[in-house]
Amino acid sequence: MRFLDEAFRLKSGLAEMLKGGVIMDVTNAEQAVIAEKAGATAVMALERVPSDIRKEGGVARMSPIGTIREIMHTVSIPVMAKARIGHFMEAQVLEALKVDYIDESEVLTPADEEHHIDKRGFKTPFVCGARNLGEALRRIAEGAAMIRTKGEAGSGNIVEAVRHIRTIVKEMKQLTVLGREELVAEAKKLQAPLELVEYVAEHGKLPVPNFSAGGIATPADAALVMNLGAEAVFVGSGIFKSSNPEAFAKAIVKAATYYKDPVKLLEASEELGLGMAGLEISKLPESELMQTRGW
Amino acid sequence: MPKIGVLALQGDFEAHRTALERAGAEAVEVRTAAGLDAVDGLVIPGGESTTMLKLIDAENLLEPLTAFGQSKPIFGTCAGAILLANEVLSPKQHSLALVDLTVERNAYGRQIDSRIVTLHPEPASGLPESLEAVFIRAPIIRRMGDGVKVLARYGDDPVLVEHGRHLIATFHPELTADASIHRRFLAKVTQG
Repeated sequence: MRFLDEAFRLKSGLAEMLKGGVIMDVTNAEQAVIAEKAGATAVMALERVPSDIRKEGGVARMSPIGTIREIMHTVSIPVMAKARIGHFMEAQVLEALKVDYIDESEVLTPADEEHHIDKRGFKTPFVCGARNLGEALRRIAEGAAMIRTKGEAGSGNIVEAVRHIRTIVKEMKQLTVLGREELVAEAKKLQAPLELVEYVAEHGKLPVPNFSAGGIATPADAALVMNLGAEAVFVGSGIFKSSNPEAFAKAIVKAATYYKDPVKLLEASEELGLGMAGLEISKLPESELMQTRGW
Repeated sequence: MPKIGVLALQGDFEAHRTALERAGAEAVEVRTAAGLDAVDGLVIPGGESTTMLKLIDAENLLEPLTAFGQSKPIFGTCAGAILLANEVLSPKQHSLALVDLTVERNAYGRQIDSRIVTLHPEPASGLPESLEAVFIRAPIIRRMGDGVKVLARYGDDPVLVEHGRHLIATFHPELTADASIHRRFLAKVTQG
């Protein structure tokens, strides 16, 4: 398959290594150390966590280079950083900086409302958000080597993450029972390349790892999305906006491993203190939703 | 059919399970000390060694894993190699210390320095003449103790080695279609 060449295998290979783990949002080296010590598989360097972006407003851009570089020098785990949707120059700067993964992210203010970055020309792997199978396959066609369901970042509310992982898993299952001519019609409906639609129909899963993000605030939240089919989790505001970041970070790491074991989850959830404050998503005005950014 | 456990705390344990099945073994995921009792050999997969180590410590698995390795074969790839080595650099971290190796983490650099190469294993190893090897933020073996046997090198660096019952790869045989390295591990398990 032309999408899955050698360079691509190397990119999705790193995503394979992150499975069963927790990727944590951090805004400085001090937080990165807390994340690494708690057992994060990678950190995501960003200027402000999503809940602060929501609160403070304004344009959210790629993190200051100095901060990302300091984080890269401080921890030994992979460091990811976010670029704005469509902002291929931010992405090129991040590649020159040698970050390990680039997140073309709806959490930042989009730079281009029509085009995502053509990610195929980069050596650095990309992760992109998706709310449904069509969106996931379009991003993979553009070169994304990892998909994360979008959820609603900074909300502390798991409902959108659940909706998105359930949607993608269900849409994948449906493809596996269709005939070849039906897949052609399905590719048209999904607005995705037939080749990728056929891959999903044959294997019952995406050709790249599928992680979950956007609203995970507790160990039980992480276990919930993992049981629904996510292969790892991204936690943004859920850790550093909780009452005890160290404890929450450790507990969510444990939950990502023992997601099928309620006794271990109970252990992980003891004496945690309060999670981050959450938002009722149905009360958010449409213009404040991050998940609708990108297509 | 040998029953092999794949340590499934974190990492690409699913890829190993598939590779083991392709090589003719029954593979099960192991997350607890009790799980170790049921298997004849263990794979420690690729992933983040720091994450695995935190979970090993938090779940009191260091002692059961070390005891397992003192009587049964373990195959470690990448992070698994780091966990098996008795000395780890960059930064220093503790390990199961079952194999007399010094290993430097992320020694090729960052993800942009990750690579797929062709290896030519030692003719006496019994492995195919050439093997595709996927290196992802891979470690380098900086020192080998007596009794460590090199099965393949990349440049000057040993990348596939054997020490008694244990097998170590600094790359990811589980990410390629060829199952010959996994078959070699199964042979070690059945020979006891």
